[in-house]
Parts: sequence; C-alpha cells; structure tokens
Amino acid sequence: MNHKLIADVSRSLLLARWKQTLVAAIGVTFSITMFISLLSFMSGLNDLLDGLIINRTPHIRMYNEIKPSAQQPVSLSEKYKDHYNFISTVKPKKERLEIYNNAVIMNYLQKDDRILGIAPKITTQVFYNVGAVDLAGAINGIDVEAENKLFLFQDYVSAGNYVDLKNTPNSIILGKGLSEKMLADIGDVIQVTTSRGERMSLKVVGFFQSGLQDIDNTQSYASITTTQKLLAESGSYITDIQVKLKDINLAPAMALEFQNLFDLEAVDIQTANAQFETGSSVRTIISYSVGITLLIVAGFGIYNILNMMIYEKMDSIAILKATGFSGKDVNRIFITIALSIGIFGGILGLIFGFGLSALIDQIPFNTPSLPTIKTYPVNYNPAFYIIGAVFSIVTTYLAGYFPSRKASKIDPVIIIRGK
Amino acid sequence: MDQKILEAKNVTKYFHDPITFQVLKEISFSVNRGEFVSVIGKSGCGKSTLLYILSTMDTDYEGEILIDGESMRDKKEAELAMVRNEKIGFVFQFHYLLNEFSVLKNVMLPGLKLGKYSAAEVEHKAYEKLKILGIESEALKKPNQVSGGQKQRVAIARALINDPLIIMGDEPTGNLDKKNSEIVFGIFQELAEVYNQSLLIVTHDNEFAARTHRIIEMEDGRII
Repeated sequence: MNHKLIADVSRSLLLARWKQTLVAAIGVTFSITMFISLLSFMSGLNDLLDGLIINRTPHIRMYNEIKPSAQQPVSLSEKYKDHYNFISTVKPKKERLEIYNNAVIMNYLQKDDRILGIAPKITTQVFYNVGAVDLAGAINGIDVEAENKLFLFQDYVSAGNYVDLKNTPNSIILGKGLSEKMLADIGDVIQVTTSRGERMSLKVVGFFQSGLQDIDNTQSYASITTTQKLLAESGSYITDIQVKLKDINLAPAMALEFQNLFDLEAVDIQTANAQFETGSSVRTIISYSVGITLLIVAGFGIYNILNMMIYEKMDSIAILKATGFSGKDVNRIFITIALSIGIFGGILGLIFGFGLSALIDQIPFNTPSLPTIKTYPVNYNPAFYIIGAVFSIVTTYLAGYFPSRKASKIDPVIIIRGK
Repeated sequence: MDQKILEAKNVTKYFHDPITFQVLKEISFSVNRGEFVSVIGKSGCGKSTLLYILSTMDTDYEGEILIDGESMRDKKEAELAMVRNEKIGFVFQFHYLLNEFSVLKNVMLPGLKLGKYSAAEVEHKAYEKLKILGIESEALKKPNQVSGGQKQRVAIARALINDPLIIMGDEPTGNLDKKNSEIVFGIFQELAEVYNQSLLIVTHDNEFAARTHRIIEMEDGRII
C-alpha cells in the first residue's frame, strides 16, 4: 500500500517536470551508450592486437641456445679453487641445435594437465634461389595439425589450403611478401639452399600473411618431415618445443620449472612480449576511466535536477510531512525518482550501446597486414553491460541520496510559517 | 463529553535566534471532545508557536503534550508523523494543495498514507467529505483550476479524510475575503455542531472567535 503510494507520488513529481527528467535520463543514456560502445570497441581492438601475438606465440618455447658455458673447466678444478682465474675471449663450443631426447620430453609434457597442447618445430636458415639471386630467409618446419589447433595457422594462410602442406610431399607455404619477390604462384616449384649448401626443390601450395611485414618477407612454412629431409637429419630431429597452456598466467613459473628439469632454454610469453600486455592494460584503463567519468558527469546532472526539484517542491514536501508522511517516506520518494531516471536511462543506454557497437562492427576496416579482418573488431562481452547497468544504478542512487536526505530533513514548520 | 483529547502541561518554549527569548511561559490547558476552541491574541504573542507544538511538528519545547491521553514527549519522528496522519487534521492560512494531483487525490493522500482502508474506500470517503463541503463537482479538477475559497475547502476536506480527533487551524480564514471566510466558518461550525468534531483554531479575528464555544486569549506567551 505504502509502496504504491510512494511510487504514485514519485511518478506525479517526475511527470510534473518531465522535460528536466528527460534531460537527466538522456544524460544517463548517453553516458551508458558511450561506456558500452567505447569498451566493446576498445576491448575488441585489444583482443585483435593481443591475438596477433598471443595466438601464434607459444606460451612457453623450449630450445637449445648457443652460448658460452657459464662455468669454465678451470673454475671446476680442485687445484685452482683458491685462485682468481681470469679467462679472456671465451667462445661458445660447437653444439647442436637439436633437442636431445625430445620424444621423452614431449611424452612427459603431454601428461601434464596444465598444458593444453604441444607442437614440435624446426627453425632453420635457408637461401631462396631466384635465378642468380639468393634471398636469405628461414623455414619453419611444423607439425601442421598441431600448429593449426594451437596457433590457428589457417587464419594466416591467405591463399591455398594449409592441409596441403601435410598431404603434398616436399611442399612449402611462402610468406606473401616473399612470394611477390620470387614471382612464385601456387603450383610453382622453387629452389632453396640450406646453410650447409644442400639444395632442394619445393612445391608452393599456399601463401601466408601474418600481418608482420618482416616475417612475411623472409619466412615460409614446411612440414616437419620435409624440413628434416632438407637438413638431411633423422626423423627425430627437432629444434623447438612449443607449449600452449590452459592458463597463460602460469607461463613464467612453468618456464622456469622446465628449464631446470630438461636443461633447455625455456622462454615464457610474458617475458618475450612484455610490451603487449602493458599496452592492453593501459588501453583498458583509459577506456574504463573515460566511461566512468561520463557516468559521474551524468550523476551530477541528476543531482542538480533533484536539488532544483526539492527547492521547487518545498511546499509540497512540507505539507506531505504535516499530513503524516515521515522523513523516511519523503526520502524514499526522491530516491525512487532518482532510481527511475537511472533505470530508464540505463536500459535505453544499454540498448543504444549495443546498437552503436553493432554499427561499429559494420564499418569496413581493411588493412593488408590483417587478412582475416574485414570490419572494425567489437567485443560483445556481457560483462560490460552488467558493469554499465550496475554503475548507472549506483551513480543515480548516490546522486539522489544527498538531495533526498535534504528533502527528508525539511522542517515543515519553517516552510508553513514562512508564508 | 468531558473526555480530554488534547492536553498541554506547563509548555515552555524558547527562541534562541538572534537572542534567547521565552515565547511560551508554562502554558497549561486542555481541549475536550467536541469542543470548538479558538486561540486569539496579538501578533507575536506565541499563539502560532503553541499550535505547532501541539501539532507535534515542533518538538523543541519543555513540558508535556498529551494527545488522546498519550504523551508525545519521547516519540520518534516517524511515530509523530503517524500521530499527525491519524489523529490531527490541519488547515493552514495557505491551502498547500499539490498541483500535480487532482482535488480528489489531494484529499485522498493522507488516507492512502494511513493505509487503513482500500484505495476505493478512501476515494468513496473523499467524495463524502467533498460533499459535506459542497465541492464534489470540482473533484476531478486540478487545484489551480478552482477558486481560492474552494481551495481552502479542499484543504478542510483533506484535514477530515482520516476522521481526526481534532482539527487544528492556523488562521484558516486569513487569506480569504469576507464571503469565503463566512463559508469556511460556517463549515467549522457545522462540523462542531453536527459531526461533534473538535476544533482548535488560531485566529486574530475577534468576530470569528466570539462565535466559538471557548476563547483562549494569549498575551506575551501566557494564557489570560
């Protein structure tokens, strides 16, 4: 009964100043709309940029690095233990890039349930022979299926079918820039020379475009077996093990663990690409702060309008109190007014925000470096809508709280005697 | 009919701004059921101040107020609001109607707040009260569409809606012309005689006061 009456009185006060109310609601709508579309767009863009790196970078990469030994024989010797030993011009010793015992390591990793999957890889330097010219570059020998499953290989294959790499013997997928230099088309046969001077003919089955010019101009992909053949190595030869984790945040700790366990170099994605994470979090912070600032400004609008309404309705408040409405009732009337503005404006804002995001999603965005992207990226994360809804209610409640408290404290005697 | 419905015991009040000044000096009196009492006095003698203390809206006083035998001393703000809602009807010099609502709704508001009857019953009662005051034909108009005299009658209907123990008026005819004052006074008299309604009216109109059952005259914060 009482709720209905309070709602009724609130509604009448609202409608009596419907133009002001509308302006306040539009303020909330506008800010929620901008909040939603800004965050959706920003986070879509973040996902895209992060995806460029994170999707095709292993969370942990293990390899053998050629470097000088940390401990020289003389410092291990018992005899010279009490001496200071100075050794100059230390050089790395000849060491193979191959990972020893890689079958055992991979078996072990496959049983670890923190790990989503692993993909072996061979990287090797080659020369692409174009007539009389040799172009320096690299070939990545990959396990085609594992690579596609873990690192979305097919997204970057802009022409040809990635599976052909596995099905066609002695095949290669060239970087887009590289293929233009070599004037190679799908179906053509090209020549490559390894660093040891061995020569091999490979059939082009496709092109890939990673979005990173340096890579597209120099690198190409072949299957692991083709690469082993090219290098004249056995079927167990691999140089890298790429690991993708279920939780990317575990990468630094696990990299350290594997480094000690297998006596290999292990680099985690956070260390290898620190700048990307920083970039994303800064962009997210900026978009949240702009969105929240908009909402707070809208909150001040509501605060002003309620304050004015209370000054205008001083008489009405006084008589309501004289005829038996308590301070609490008056408080609830004005809180109801504020919340109705917030809820009405907020719901409209969510709808418009979705509409604006959908519109941004339709705007063409063609860039040669991102072959799979046709329009601006938008992330329709429900969390943004929930944050927007909660925030619109919280700000309008706070904006209504102080004016309402003032209204509830109005002393009817002062108003009525003042006339 | 000697039941006391309103009693003031040694009510004293000070104003502190700009200087401490005693407005009411140990005022004691009572109003019985069905009595039509007027309070008169020169302006500044404290008669309105007394009325607001009696009405429970002003709580800054010394002494004791009993309404229907109950002390108002230690009640909380919300409880006092309930007392005002249920037991006291107000008529002020100015009508204080809410322009957002129709005349009928204005009369109904305190009844809806009381919540003792359903909305339909309150509406029926509001029509009855408007009929007593002869303005039922204006029920659906907005307050700013009716005349000044009619507005004051709507305010009286609003005061009556919860069948209060007592109606308090602060110069209810102060803003009205002779003819409308006469009508309003007639209504008060009818309420007292026919409906046995208790009334406590503050006025500076001696002619008006002379026609009530009892006159309380005040001077310098005392009853004389």
